[in-house]
Amino acid sequence: MGAVWVYSEIYAGRPAPVALELISKAAELGEATAILLGRDAAGAASVAGEYGAARAIVDARADYDEHLAPAAVPTLAALVRERQPALLLFATTYDSRDVASRLATRLDRGVVTNATGIEADGDGFRILTPWGANTIAVCELTGPGTRIVLVRPKAFTAVNSGGACAVEQFAGPLDAATTAIRVVETVEETTQGPLLSDSKIVVAGGRGLGNADNFGLVEELADALGGAVGASRAVVDAGWRPYGEQIGQTGVTVKPDVYIACGISGAIQHLAGMKGAKTIIAINKDPEAPIFRSADLGIVGDALTVLPQLIAEVRRG
Amino acid sequence: MLDFYAVDSLLGPEQRAIRATVREFVDAEIVPNVRGWWDRHEFPGAIKERYGALGLFGANLPEEYGCAGVDDIAYGLINYELERGDSGLRSFASVQGALVMYPIYAYGSEEQRRRYLPELAAGRLIGCFGLTESEGGSDPGAMRTRARRDGDGWVLNGAKMWITNSPIADLAVVWAKDDEGIVRGFVVPTDTPGFGAPTIESKMSLRASCTGEIVLQDCRVGPEALLPRSGGLKSPLGCLTQARYGIAWGALGALEAVYTCARDYAATRTTFGKPIAGRQLVQDKLVRMLTDHSLGLLMAHQLGTLKGAGRMTFAQVSMAKRNNVRVALNGARAAREILGGNGITTEYPVIRHMLNLETVDTYEGTHDIHTLIVGREITGLGALE
Amino acid sequence: MRILVCVKQVPDPNTVVYQIDPGTKRLVRDGVTNVLDPGAEVALEAALQLAERDGESTVTVVAMGPEDAEDAIRRALAMGAHDGALITDDALAGSDALGTAKALAAAIGQIGFDIIFCATESTDGYSGMVPGMVAELLGIPHLSFIRSLEVRDGVLTGQRVIALGYQTVQCPLPLLVAIASGSHEARYPALKGIMAAKRKKVEEYTLADLDLDPDDAGEAGARERVLELLPVEERQAGVIVEDNGDGAARIAELLRQRGVL
Repeated sequence: MGAVWVYSEIYAGRPAPVALELISKAAELGEATAILLGRDAAGAASVAGEYGAARAIVDARADYDEHLAPAAVPTLAALVRERQPALLLFATTYDSRDVASRLATRLDRGVVTNATGIEADGDGFRILTPWGANTIAVCELTGPGTRIVLVRPKAFTAVNSGGACAVEQFAGPLDAATTAIRVVETVEETTQGPLLSDSKIVVAGGRGLGNADNFGLVEELADALGGAVGASRAVVDAGWRPYGEQIGQTGVTVKPDVYIACGISGAIQHLAGMKGAKTIIAINKDPEAPIFRSADLGIVGDALTVLPQLIAEVRRG
Repeated sequence: MLDFYAVDSLLGPEQRAIRATVREFVDAEIVPNVRGWWDRHEFPGAIKERYGALGLFGANLPEEYGCAGVDDIAYGLINYELERGDSGLRSFASVQGALVMYPIYAYGSEEQRRRYLPELAAGRLIGCFGLTESEGGSDPGAMRTRARRDGDGWVLNGAKMWITNSPIADLAVVWAKDDEGIVRGFVVPTDTPGFGAPTIESKMSLRASCTGEIVLQDCRVGPEALLPRSGGLKSPLGCLTQARYGIAWGALGALEAVYTCARDYAATRTTFGKPIAGRQLVQDKLVRMLTDHSLGLLMAHQLGTLKGAGRMTFAQVSMAKRNNVRVALNGARAAREILGGNGITTEYPVIRHMLNLETVDTYEGTHDIHTLIVGREITGLGALE
Repeated sequence: MRILVCVKQVPDPNTVVYQIDPGTKRLVRDGVTNVLDPGAEVALEAALQLAERDGESTVTVVAMGPEDAEDAIRRALAMGAHDGALITDDALAGSDALGTAKALAAAIGQIGFDIIFCATESTDGYSGMVPGMVAELLGIPHLSFIRSLEVRDGVLTGQRVIALGYQTVQCPLPLLVAIASGSHEARYPALKGIMAAKRKKVEEYTLADLDLDPDDAGEAGARERVLELLPVEERQAGVIVEDNGDGAARIAELLRQRGVL
């Protein structure tokens, strides 16, 4: 098997958690190379090595930080054209999607998105991706050249094997179409509590809560349990909650020990983001709600009645 | 839309789009809120701007007067979807469109049309229709309200009863007999001295709609108030034909609501270890409801086709209003029964629709009056006179 | 400004459970209710609001799809778009994201534009690839996940949603913006709009009109090939109980078993 590359977003000086998942997977499939672009690339490279990267290609210029993610496209295009890795992995995040879509076009390559599994198959790969409500499609990318695949977060496990990687410096080109955008400011709309994607306990709310004010009960329960707050797309669309809390196909994927869904019907798009939870508890008025089909414990009832009682129980310990 | 006989396939793209838009609106803004309005006996005043923005008022009148200019079938579909939400909130639009805007359009001067119709279409003005009097609605020719000539204007005296929208209206289309005993229509601003509109309280039907009286005590109006092309009882009856046409569609919307609720309830409610939908007596009720809905919808669609071609008769409208409202009412009663005890609370929409339909069965010509209109048509012998 | 909005017709996500046809290995689109993608409606809303503030802009919607995708365009016209373009050709069936983007970019290139709007992703395919691909093919920048925007003196200033908040970004026109779902509340098409839409123009484009080969788009051009379809592993059924006042206690009990309490 040839080289498997991972475009690794850098977060707080390290490859993002999902990048580490991909690097560990790449190491399983072949010789893993992490592509790290930006100020903190050199430091991030050593972490990539610990998680299985044999090589890191590093371009530590700040241009990548000062522009939006697509600034990486010309660099990646130059590298891929020159070295033709067998597989190039991206995470299914907004930034990586922006990079992958432009890169695939520039290289005239197909892409598979939302992958949840990859298997080597002769010269190519079998790529698993959920399609529709109850199907997984096994796909391949045809034609010559590098396969570009976007993988859902938490599809693979990051494994720290304590290795180290060879670091190669590379100075990629930049171009106007991807650097014309200026970032004027970045504003954090802080959320309290643990980071949703990593929390062991997630309490999520949906339309069934009736209105934005009632979401306070979800926050209270999450607080009492030391967990994070999540939301369905419907309530994010309705403006009750910020995007950062959206769980599902679009938004955050979570894999907590316990997931408590309050007034969430469980549309397939939502299930895609949380069905990896070890234990799923659902409270919903509608006995037909699809969420119950995935629940270990389902309470057919009004979340507005059950939540205050549950908060009291939890506080009692 | 509940559509067992694929009436949808008879619709054009604009008709479908219009139905979809009204359906979405009803699902988003009426269905989630109507229970509260109905329980509190509250007309949601803010809805007039929403109807206006969507173009629901007088939607079948021409675009040059600020209306949407939709065809008769689309107009019917609007009524259907609104009444799927609530008969009272459909009545609110029907009165404005068929009983206020239509007479101004049909019997008014060009100046009256230009002055009132765009404002009424946008919901910036709300109107009501004063024909029925307390002595009985089925015999409008016996009306006591009088319009006495006074200089170049008129002085109105009398009282009207069961007037939808009257307490909230900005203007009233009032029907009165002139000095020669000829019924004439007048557009009366409700702030005219001598005009009063007390509210009728404690209705157990159409509780999300506002109903009142009209009291006219030496109410003096200028010559511009007269609808110049009105004359004789056929003028207000012409308005009722428009309204009855809309009701023939609207009642089926209510039937869809109660049928859907009963079917879904029956599918999940279990007795003796089995959903009640699997019981023969329940299936019988559901099948009757759906058959009535299908027949009614086909009749309404054909009625609309005839109306569009200018071939709809008075008796055809009567038959459709008579039938479709009564089957909706019967369906609502059957649905109420299927829901058992839950059928008597407004937590489910069934009893609200059922109680609303008692009014719809009565107004715009009672069930019995329509029987006699059709009876006269087919026998040539009038039982009404 | 000449504003273009890419829209798509999709099976109604509110009523249709998305199924894959085992024969064609494509999403079942026959016999289901198709609607204008709710995400595209939000993008169109953002475009219409920009045009209304500006007062001198035209909004053109562009869609690729079968002939009945014109219904989705008509809905967009009823909401207030000025005219539409439908790319429709039997050879386009089975296009992958890049094939779709090539067709859209070719039509957009012919129509001309100052700014292009689209949804961040479609509701049926949700790959989120098409916006970046169209922009790349046209050689213009693109901004994804935009929740609000303003254009002044040929420069767009917008808020781009990120995990922990937002970024304020600026870019001179021409460019493509992908609008975050839920960032704008799409209007209902008013009845007058529906009636007016009937009279608005929808231009049709075939592959030949766009100078594209079947190898560029459609099934023939698609690089993503579905080998087989597997059923999703269902979770083992759990316990579903009606809340008779003990719902909270049952949850607490399970949390204790799991060592959370």
